[in-house]
Amino acid sequence: MSGRLSPPKGPLNWFRLELPARPENVALVRVAVGSLASHLDFTLGEIEEIRVAVSEAFSNVVLHAYPEEGGAASGGTVTVEARAGGGVLEVSVSDRGVGIADVELARRPSYTTRPDRMGLGFVFMETFMDEVAVTTSPGHGTRVVLRRRLPVRNGAPSDGASGDERAGT
Amino acid sequence: MDIRSEKVGDVLVVRVSGELDLATAGEFRHRVDADLDRFGSRDVVIDFSELGFLDSSGLGALLGRYRRVAERGGRVAVSGCAPHVRRVLELSGVMRIIACHPSVREAVAAFGGDTSSASGGGVP
Repeated sequence: MSGRLSPPKGPLNWFRLELPARPENVALVRVAVGSLASHLDFTLGEIEEIRVAVSEAFSNVVLHAYPEEGGAASGGTVTVEARAGGGVLEVSVSDRGVGIADVELARRPSYTTRPDRMGLGFVFMETFMDEVAVTTSPGHGTRVVLRRRLPVRNGAPSDGASGDERAGT
Repeated sequence: MDIRSEKVGDVLVVRVSGELDLATAGEFRHRVDADLDRFGSRDVVIDFSELGFLDSSGLGALLGRYRRVAERGGRVAVSGCAPHVRRVLELSGVMRIIACHPSVREAVAAFGGDTSSASGGGVP
């Protein structure tokens, strides 16, 4: 519920990145988070889902948080914090941008402020993660926290077996 | 991201490799539009068999090409979708309007095009 990262359980690995809100950095963030996720026993399919969710969160900042400066051109920074431990991956994406006036509306499927967009960012975040928490303050910024728990597989919660592709389409 | 286009029969085939996201969607948009004009094709197959990543920004660019092609009376299909690409296409509802075929050849054949080799279907 809160925008805070929960206390670690078990061995923890983490990083904190601060970088400009530029389109080319979405790949950098997704590589970093995907790599951290692989320290837990997520399957390749699950890691792909996490990579999409994180890309959506970061893209939202680039697209919406810093409109005056043009977002891509200057100014705005994004802080990405990620931690993996205790069978949970948590990723926080925060900015000091304009904030979201109506979070409920912004999270609604197909809602977008831009006609060239599909309004699917939050849909993918919510579909691919177990929890999506948004805290925002108009004029001060937004923080999106994404959580994904490692599923219990065959009775064994983690370690060992490598990431087989998840079955099905 | 890398894009290679060719004409198979009358169909424009665009092979996209790498990652299609906010950083690359603009280039994808420009390249496909330019190649549609250059090759003078009505129908286009976009091959994703070398695509490593697709998110809503890439989907938006794909859907934009669909609209542009449909306005001119053409058709769009995709091919070679890996499970993670297919998942994103399905969730978005895009697969209700853009069919995903296992291969370029089958996609071209589904358009009724000449694939210049055996079988390949013809499933609409």
